[in-house]
Amino acid sequence: MGRETLIDEIRTKLGDAVESVSESYGDDVLAVRPGFLRSLMVALRAAPFDYAVLLDLTCVDFTAGEGRFELVYHLYSLSRNVRLRLKTSLPAADPVADSITGLWKNADWLEREVFDMFGVRFTGHPDLRRLLTYEGFEGHPLRKSYPWRLAQPRIPMKDKV
Amino acid sequence: METRIQREARPESMLINMGPSHPAMHGTIRIMLELDAERILNAEVEVGYLHRGFEKTCENKTYFNLLPYTDRLNYVSPLINNLGYAMTMEKMLGVGVPERAQLIRVLMSELSRISDHLTCLAAMAMECGAFTVFLYMMKAREFLWDVIEFTTGARMTTSYIRIGGVRADLHPDWRGSLATAVRETRRVLKDVSGLLDKNSIFQGRTRGVGVISKEDALSYGWTGPCLRSTGIPYDVRKASPYLIYDKLDFEVPVGEFGDNFDRYRVRMREMEQSLRLLEQVAALIPGAAPITGEPAIEPAEAIRVSRRQKTAARIRLSPNLEGSEKARYADLMTSDRPAALGSTACGVVVPPKEDTYTTMEGLISHFLFFMNGHGIRPPKGDVYFSVEGGNGEVGFYVVSDGTDRPYRLHLRAPCFHVVSALEQLIKGRLLADVIPTFGSMNIIAGELDR
Repeated sequence: MGRETLIDEIRTKLGDAVESVSESYGDDVLAVRPGFLRSLMVALRAAPFDYAVLLDLTCVDFTAGEGRFELVYHLYSLSRNVRLRLKTSLPAADPVADSITGLWKNADWLEREVFDMFGVRFTGHPDLRRLLTYEGFEGHPLRKSYPWRLAQPRIPMKDKV
Repeated sequence: METRIQREARPESMLINMGPSHPAMHGTIRIMLELDAERILNAEVEVGYLHRGFEKTCENKTYFNLLPYTDRLNYVSPLINNLGYAMTMEKMLGVGVPERAQLIRVLMSELSRISDHLTCLAAMAMECGAFTVFLYMMKAREFLWDVIEFTTGARMTTSYIRIGGVRADLHPDWRGSLATAVRETRRVLKDVSGLLDKNSIFQGRTRGVGVISKEDALSYGWTGPCLRSTGIPYDVRKASPYLIYDKLDFEVPVGEFGDNFDRYRVRMREMEQSLRLLEQVAALIPGAAPITGEPAIEPAEAIRVSRRQKTAARIRLSPNLEGSEKARYADLMTSDRPAALGSTACGVVVPPKEDTYTTMEGLISHFLFFMNGHGIRPPKGDVYFSVEGGNGEVGFYVVSDGTDRPYRLHLRAPCFHVVSALEQLIKGRLLADVIPTFGSMNIIAGELDR
């Protein structure tokens, strides 16, 4: 499947979910409406698109109110050897997205990391808590409002397991 | 605070911590285990002990200045991290790299890949009790790091591969040291194969242990040797070739069962391929042309002369100094000046130090490169690029807002995805199986925790 036919296919089949299709330095980028994220992922994972690998998930904080947080997913199709970038914008007040942990197993940790770093919550995640920082860490360090080198309060010593 | 494993624990079972500081945990990582005698009923992995805010720090550094931070991601193969970052920025800026620099980059990548695999297998074998293998492999690694050290001036924190090229030419005697390294590594690989391949203790601890299916490996986002051990031949060097990998002859070894032994075998065979690549690339790199012209003068003398008149004399600078090789710049650094950078910008590479020290224009372009708000300012947009690292696909996602600092820089660490499967792999197995399984995954906490 060539690039054009793929984009056409996505447009016809998943037109409701896709806000725009663009290209950035040779990579295909889909802007997705947040409500359709999960259903779109289900479709993209199946044939004919066959994006079997969730390469990466991250987030960007654009500080402005609506669409402040932009989730960025990178998918990879092993059979067609192409990558796809999906973006979806979440509002500043209540950044919530659908979890895709049921589709890809590494989404568990990736979503925990985004929650930890940006405070974006994922509905349907089985165990959403901090991953790289610790319980008792205050704030979400990769938000632009979080100052670089901010000192954290001391926390009590962890109980022994 | 209760962890998940504490909530779910059965009353009669035992909870035990492995790590974060455990002799068999290379890298600080904590594995909480729920045990019934030696059987692991449940496991929980806690990471983040080496989290040092790499991504946040990068947002506060210029594109040029953050390069040394990338050394500290996968600290066993820093050159591949440098390469991944440099090539991401080159993709964004749209600059090409001279042929010789590309060859040097391939050479350095493959040296790093071998040292990465050697470290992984050495630690894995040692934890299974094969201390001899550890010593042999560390010895081979030292020979490889000699080649790297001669050229880059450092063993691990190299910062050698720069945006637009490489920092300096290869050491004059690089062929000799490379030949020694290749010969010694081959010998060690043969010895290690002899020690481990048919060793029943090693086989017993690795065969059929830590098995992952193809589907699970893909679902966990595995890449690199760990994914290939399940039989999926995905290698970034083949799937989307960068540098000159499409012109080189190498195979992608794959395993069959996705167990610890396959991960060991894939790494061993990959090192053989990397050695082949080293030899091919070494044959392709032409000898550096001797520098002609006036004999070199000392820097102090050059400054004294340049006070009276502009000097064209060559200046003798330490080869480890930043940009001390003006005569080699055409071979090593790009001369592209992307239109997107604007007319006042000075390009994407550090101006030669010879110019900085002796001419006014050189000094101005030096300041233009390093001043706040100047230097490398890519156009607005975002870019993703990945290279094949020792553990798998090392990807950088960079968002630029048009200033000289990245608005957002994210690393796709291959380790992260591999470790996320650890809980599943050790559940239901014996306590002792944690060690070889963990060892064969090659955890590098530097890139895992960022």
